[in-house]
Amino acid sequence: MAKPTFDTPEYREFPSPPAIEEGAMEHLETYIAKPEHQEALGWAGELEEGWEQRAVDKLGDLLGKNKALRVYLDSCVKCGACTDKCHYFIGTRDPKNMPVARQDLLRSVYRRYFTLSGKLFPDLVGAKDMNKEVLDDWYKYYHQCSECRRCSVFCPYGIDTAEITMAARDIMNHIGMGQKYTNEILGKVHKIGNNLGLPGPALMDTMEGLEEDVFDDDGVAVKFPVDMHGADVLLVTPSADFFAEPHVDGLIGYGKVFHQAGISWTVSSYASEAANFALFAGSTEQMHKVARRIRKVAQEFGVKRIIFGECGHAWRVAYSFLNTLAGPFDFLDPKYPVPQHILEFTHDLINRGALALDPSANDDKVVTFHDSCNVARASRMGTKPGGQFDIPRAVIRAVVNNYVDMDPETTHEKTFCCGGGGGLLTDDLLELRVKGALPRMEALHEVVQSHGVTHMAAICAICKTQFAKVLPYYGMQMDMITSVHHLVGDAIILGGKE
Amino acid sequence: MDVVITYAYAGMFYLAGLILLAGLAWKVSRFAFTPAPLKIPVTPAPVTWVGVPVRLGKEIIFFASLFKSNKWIWLFAALFHAALLLVLIRHLRYIIEPVPYWLTLAQPFGVYAGFAMLAGLAGLWARRFIVDRVRYITGVSDHLMLLLLVLIGFSGLMMKFVSRTDVIQVKAFFQGLIYFQIQPLPTDIPLLVHLSLVITLMIVFPFSKLLHAPGIVFMPSRYQVDNAREKRYIVRWVAKMMQQMDEKDDAAAQKAAEKA
Ligand code: SF4
Ligand code: SF4
Repeated sequence: MAKPTFDTPEYREFPSPPAIEEGAMEHLETYIAKPEHQEALGWAGELEEGWEQRAVDKLGDLLGKNKALRVYLDSCVKCGACTDKCHYFIGTRDPKNMPVARQDLLRSVYRRYFTLSGKLFPDLVGAKDMNKEVLDDWYKYYHQCSECRRCSVFCPYGIDTAEITMAARDIMNHIGMGQKYTNEILGKVHKIGNNLGLPGPALMDTMEGLEEDVFDDDGVAVKFPVDMHGADVLLVTPSADFFAEPHVDGLIGYGKVFHQAGISWTVSSYASEAANFALFAGSTEQMHKVARRIRKVAQEFGVKRIIFGECGHAWRVAYSFLNTLAGPFDFLDPKYPVPQHILEFTHDLINRGALALDPSANDDKVVTFHDSCNVARASRMGTKPGGQFDIPRAVIRAVVNNYVDMDPETTHEKTFCCGGGGGLLTDDLLELRVKGALPRMEALHEVVQSHGVTHMAAICAICKTQFAKVLPYYGMQMDMITSVHHLVGDAIILGGKE
Repeated sequence: MDVVITYAYAGMFYLAGLILLAGLAWKVSRFAFTPAPLKIPVTPAPVTWVGVPVRLGKEIIFFASLFKSNKWIWLFAALFHAALLLVLIRHLRYIIEPVPYWLTLAQPFGVYAGFAMLAGLAGLWARRFIVDRVRYITGVSDHLMLLLLVLIGFSGLMMKFVSRTDVIQVKAFFQGLIYFQIQPLPTDIPLLVHLSLVITLMIVFPFSKLLHAPGIVFMPSRYQVDNAREKRYIVRWVAKMMQQMDEKDDAAAQKAAEKA
C-alpha cells in the first residue's frame, strides 16, 4: 500500500451528518483523457476556442432529448432532503458533494442560457455563465459522483443526480474534456472486446488454466469454454472475473453451477465484457455501440439465452437498456428473460433442487451482503419488485449457514455505493474512494464487532475491487470481500448430481 | 381613484392569469413531450402500470420519500402544503355563489390553516439559516419565495383578524372578473397588498421552482414502469441514432474486410 497523502475518515459513533467543509475536495481532479482517446470515440481531442458555446449547445441538445434532465433541472426546490445522503459528502464533507449542490453546478448554467429568470436576473437565481471556472468545478465534482442513485430515493420528487452527472460528462466529452480512465477503457472495448484489453488467446489461456485448477482441486473436469458456437448460454461477465481475486473465484462458481446443471455455455472473446463504461460517460451512442457486440455474438453463436455475471452497473445496462439498445432479442428462447442474471439462474436451479449443496463447506465464515447500488436501485431480478434484494440473499442462505444483514439504513434500496462506482475506480481518485467508502465500512465494522462477520459478499466487479483496496484503510482484511458465486462454488458438491 | 384601482387590479389579474396559464402550458408541454430515451425507474418500482398511480399518489399525498429522508422537513413541508390546500379551498367562497354547504364546513378550518401555513413556512425558513447544509444550497430566490408566501399569508390573516375588508364586494369583484363585468374593488390597504402579492406569485409560478408542482408527475425515476426486459422500450431519436451508427459501422467493417 503506497503511503497515502490523506487521512482515512474516523468511524462516527452515531452516523449523523457531518458539518460542511468548503473546498475540502477541490484539489482532487481525475486525469484528463488524451486527445487520441477522445478522438477515437468521436469527441473533440481537447478544449478548443469556442468550447463555451459548444457546451451550451450540447446542453440544449440534451434538454430536447432527455425528459429526466429537463424536469430535474426545473423542479428542485432546494429542500435539502438529499444533502446528507451521498456517501461522498459523508466521507469528504465537501458541500459540493451534496447531491443538490452537485446538480446546481449544471443547473446554474441551464438557468443562465435556457430560462427567462436566469437570463433576466442571474444573481437572484444563481445563474452562471459557462466559463473555465465553472467547467473546472464540473470536471472535479461530476467525477466525484458514482451515479449510484441513492439521492434519488430520498428526494421528494425522485430527482436523480446520476442523470445530471451523466449529462454533464456527456457535454464535457463533446467539448474535449473527458476522463482518462473511462475513455481509455471504452477504446479498449471497441478494439479488443473487454475493459482490460485482454485479447482472445490470453482469454483462452486463462480459461484453460481455470479448468486445470478446478480439476486439481476437485478432481472433476469442469469446462470453461471460449467462443463455443452452438452453446445454449452466452455468458457475459465483467472481464475482472477472468483476471484477479476475488473475482475469479466467482467465475469458477459459475462454471461449477453450469457444470452441475448440465447446461452448455460459453464466453465470447469478441464480447468479453459485461461492464458497459459508456454509461459512466453518459453517452447513449457509445452505450449502443458496446451493447451491440453482445447481440452480434449471440446471433453468430446461435445461443438460446444470455446470462450476465456478477456486476452492478453492468446489470443496470443489461437489465434496463440492453433490450432498447441491442434488441429485439426475438431470436433467443422466449422461455427465459433476456438477459438473465447469473443469480436468477442459480436461484432457479436451487429452487428446483438441481444443485447438490453443502452449506457447511462455508462454516468457517460469517457472511454479510453488500447490495450494489445499481443492482439495488436501477434493476431487478426475478419477477417481483425487490427480487434484486431477495434472490441474492436466498442464494447465500442456501450455501452458507451463518448469515447476517447490516444496518437496514445501509441495505436494500438505501444501500451505500462502495465508493468506486460510476467510473471512479481509478488510483488517481483513491482519496475519494477511501473517503466515500466510510458509510459502508461503518456498517460492516458494526456487524464485525457484533456478529463476528468474517466475509462480505458482493455481486459487482467494481465493488469487489474497490473493497479489496479500501478495507485495509479501515483496519480490515482485504480478503473479507468475496463473490456470491465463490460461496456457491465452494458449497457445490461436484459429482453430487451426476 | 377607486375606479382606477379597480381597473388596474382587474387588468393585472387578467395579465397574471394569462402568464400563469400560458407559462404552465408551455412548461408542461415541454415536460410531457420531451422523450425519455431509456428506462430509468428507480427500483424497486411497479412492474405494471397499475402500480404507478399508487407510487405517485404516496408521494403527492403523503410525501412518502421525504418522510424516509428527513422528519423535520417532512413535518414543515406537510404542514405548509396541507394548510395551503385548506386555505385555497376556503377561498373558493369568494368565487362560488351560492356557497355550497361543504364549503361552509371548511370555513373554520381554513381560517386556522392560515396560521398553520405560516408556522410551516417559518420552520422551512428557519432551516435555511440554522442547518449549514441547507444554508449552503439556499439562493436569494429561495428566500424571496418564502418571503412572498409569508407575506401573502400574513396579509391574509391581517384582513381576517385586524382590519376587515368588505368580503361581499371582493366576491362581486372576482365574480365580475369571471364574467368580464368589472365590479368595484374595495381599496383597503391590506387587501390591495394581499392581491398584489398573489398576482406576483401567479406571474413567477411558471418561471420558478414552483414548477415542482406539475413536475412531480413527469419524473421518469418515479412514473416509469419496471418492465424493460418484458417489453422493448424505444423512442424515435434513439432508434434513428442506432440505425445511423449501425450503417456507418457496418460500412466501415465491410471496407476493412474488402481490404484484407
Ligand atoms: S431532495 Fe430533491 S428537491 Fe430537495 S434539494 Fe435535493 S434534489 Fe432538490
Ligand atoms: S448519485 Fe450517488 S454519488 Fe451521485 S450525488 Fe447521488 S448519492 Fe452522491
